[in-house]
Amino acid sequence: MSTMSRTSIFLVLVAVGLVSLLAHLSGGIDIQILNPQGPIALEQKRLIITAVLLMLIVVVPVYVLAALIAWKYRATNTDAPYTPDHDHDQRIEIVWWTIPLLIILTLGTITWKTTHALDPFRPLDSTVSPVTIQVVALNWKWLFIYPEYGIATVNYVAFPEDTPVSFHITADAPMNSFWIPSLGSQIYAMAGMSTRLHLLADQPGTYHGLSANWSGEGFSGMKFIAQSLSREDFDSWVAAVRQISSVFDTGEYDLLALPSSHTPVRYFGHAQPGLYDYVVNKYMQPHDTMPVRVLHDE
Amino acid sequence: MSFAALPPNAIVLSAFLFMIALAGLIIGALFYYKRWRWLWDEWLTSLDAKKIGVMYIIVGFVMLVRGAIDAALMRGQQAVAAGDSLGYLSPEHFGQIFTAHGVIMIFFVAMPLMFGLFNLVVPMQIGARDVAFPFLNSLSFWLFAAAAVLMNISLVYGEFASIGWLGYPPLSELEYSPGVGVDYYIWILQIAGLGSLFSAINFLVTILKMRAPGMTLMRMPMFEWTTLASVVLVIVIFPILTATLAMLSLDRLLGMHFFTSDFGGNAMMYVNLIWAWGHPEVYVLILPAFGAFSEIVPTFAKKRLFGYSSMVAASIVICFLSFVVWLHHFFTMGAGANVNAFFGIATMVIAIPTGVKVFNWLATMYRGRITFTTPMYWFLGFVGTFTLGGMTGVMMAVPGIDFQMHNSLFLVAHFHNMVIGGVVFGYLAALSFWFPKIFGFTLDEKWGIRAFWCWLIGFFVAFMPLYLLGFMGATRRLEHYDASTGWQPLFIVAGIGVVIIALGIVFQAVQLVVSIIKRHEYADTTGDPWDGRTLEWSIPSPAPFYNFAIIPAVHGRDAFWEMKQSDPIVQARPAQEYVDIELPCNTPVGVYIGACAFVFGFAIVWHMWWLALLGFLGVVGLLIARSFDENTEYILPAAEIARLDAAYTQKTI
Repeated sequence: MSTMSRTSIFLVLVAVGLVSLLAHLSGGIDIQILNPQGPIALEQKRLIITAVLLMLIVVVPVYVLAALIAWKYRATNTDAPYTPDHDHDQRIEIVWWTIPLLIILTLGTITWKTTHALDPFRPLDSTVSPVTIQVVALNWKWLFIYPEYGIATVNYVAFPEDTPVSFHITADAPMNSFWIPSLGSQIYAMAGMSTRLHLLADQPGTYHGLSANWSGEGFSGMKFIAQSLSREDFDSWVAAVRQISSVFDTGEYDLLALPSSHTPVRYFGHAQPGLYDYVVNKYMQPHDTMPVRVLHDE
Repeated sequence: MSFAALPPNAIVLSAFLFMIALAGLIIGALFYYKRWRWLWDEWLTSLDAKKIGVMYIIVGFVMLVRGAIDAALMRGQQAVAAGDSLGYLSPEHFGQIFTAHGVIMIFFVAMPLMFGLFNLVVPMQIGARDVAFPFLNSLSFWLFAAAAVLMNISLVYGEFASIGWLGYPPLSELEYSPGVGVDYYIWILQIAGLGSLFSAINFLVTILKMRAPGMTLMRMPMFEWTTLASVVLVIVIFPILTATLAMLSLDRLLGMHFFTSDFGGNAMMYVNLIWAWGHPEVYVLILPAFGAFSEIVPTFAKKRLFGYSSMVAASIVICFLSFVVWLHHFFTMGAGANVNAFFGIATMVIAIPTGVKVFNWLATMYRGRITFTTPMYWFLGFVGTFTLGGMTGVMMAVPGIDFQMHNSLFLVAHFHNMVIGGVVFGYLAALSFWFPKIFGFTLDEKWGIRAFWCWLIGFFVAFMPLYLLGFMGATRRLEHYDASTGWQPLFIVAGIGVVIIALGIVFQAVQLVVSIIKRHEYADTTGDPWDGRTLEWSIPSPAPFYNFAIIPAVHGRDAFWEMKQSDPIVQARPAQEYVDIELPCNTPVGVYIGACAFVFGFAIVWHMWWLALLGFLGVVGLLIARSFDENTEYILPAAEIARLDAAYTQKTI
């Protein structure tokens, strides 16, 4: 045991040292998922805490029992009772089938409710009417189209605070996943499909957005800035973008769709209507009259 | 096909040179010591399950080293590639490395270690002399070996896929991956998958039909039950993998549209199918680890396994439930809330039987007499890590949480928590437990325990930062990130963790060398070094090629323990008559078929149709030729067994 103890003590010391170094270095870093900026992410944070607490009811006893039993019934402790043929006890077995069952029943109920409440396709309850933004994942950048305002942006998306944002998401690329960790929930972006995601930011702020599903060599550079603005700032931002004379039509789209990574932010003042449907329907050939495929009814 | 396919990359080049040097060294040694004949007769053409098992394990460990180097390259890259620094790996190369890491660790490390263990343990534990189909066993191994060679060829000739270990289309389609990498991926998995399927059928029949008289199902050791559950899963799921990859290859070879974005193809179908294989696959791997712990804990606690029927029930429930949870890998693909909630809850339910297993192991230790050998260290380390992994797993089973954590490094930490803490710890425990039965000496405890501490602490240092990184919004598979994210210190710590784990692997190599040097000191002269409970400990170590001179009669669970209790002197050697036994003759056909499968795989990757056809016809022709071979068995006469057994017994006493 002695060599083992020395090795283990040394390694434990190394581990403790590393953890303290870590705590020191990561001071002031934004742990986005534990610092939610909208109701969806907040609900998810609460859910994480609830689930962990429920599971600790089993996990803590396992750790304690494992340590105590291993210590007490070590072979050298000949004073401890020894019952070599004791191999079942119905009462105690019923207990440990039942306790996890009850915990899973509780967590299962919570799961059923929250899965419906947090369904990315479900529109948010709000008195404010939502802003619709169409998202296209391209190799390797994000295109945002605002059908209500006739503008489009690349790798930058702005929306008003405290207003539900209704994202329609597709891809003209391999599968990606659209994710703004500070606001919660992600959803896949897939070619020929249109998925939905509803988010809301409580306050003005700037958040990181990225793809969470490997889509090829430019993947790491497939990032965008998401900005929630006050209503006035948003309106003036929209007005400013509309002043830009650049036109975004299918020709411009096809150029943009060429592979590139770490693409700088771009704005288009005049987006051709129906562009999103054009992208989704590209993959409907040869039946290009087919309607847009929406995954399930909302 | 040309020399241009050899990549000019420094890392790959050094790997290539290393492989050449290693191969040269081995070939040189074989010539120098004149061991070719021995290698061919005693090992490569052998149908002895124990030898096939050892070969599986050797290949598994060699591939573990390669998979670990891939891991170190990735973590090294992520530790340095923040902000202005781009690191040393190109995005394309990084993609190939993480794809290869996943494929290698599952198909070429976990699977061979598992089948290796089955080969070593299953026949002996049920009182059988061999598996049900010895030739099929050799064939399975050689198909697997052909795939392993193809995997290493892909490192130096051409490229490997850069699509993630499950190869989601449309990225894996021709449109986005026109190179040979995906073809290597497909055909490597097809060949290895066939080997796994055949092997699983073999062990299913072995367990159901070859048990010693008196060993009813409910008297089988737990390891047999979990093996049974595991191979049933393999038989059900591997055809799904084969069919899915066949459809993908039809897309790529013949321009079909199963999974393409256009012309009615549907990538979501692939994602469902691949996970209908992929999720049960992780239970295929973990169940035998549970079984191994169910043998180790009673042995070292010197106490009967607690709640045997509960354990059997739990294994079967886990086996069944693993089929109805695949969708939890893609809650974010857009299924409705009812579907997501169903699969989420089904996933959590698996935690119940798994939790029961943990409690039963603890109850087995309760009021026992526990000796802390290396396998017990692995067991306690397993309880500590696997429980944590189970907790993060249940978290991710809640769709509401998964929407946030999906594909983040939190997920990566979770599944390594299960695979390292569960599968790896379980198999390493099992290998040190059963090692003396195969080789006749125990492994060095001191180095074993040192390796354990490195693995355990290395695991926590490497993966706890990843949980935190997940909370910080870091996704998996990033080869570069902004300095402003604040992720770098955590990636550096994770990299240090990988170094500690690597040290653990080195210590295991040292353990093996030290044990070989001290093999006389560590010799297992009794055949029962741990005061074991099951039949394999009733025969001498190393186990004779025929396993049992006389097939034992079983009267209860823990068959050997009961024999020792009732008659400590006679033990497992009842005064019975020896009878002639039939044993399979060695055959090189498995090696030849493996070689033809390799030729076929390589040729089809490079679209050399004539050669592919030749390889395929070779496989078919050899199978037909083999089926006409009438002389596949020989008789070991009773007198010879009596002589061998007497020699063994003398050595033992």
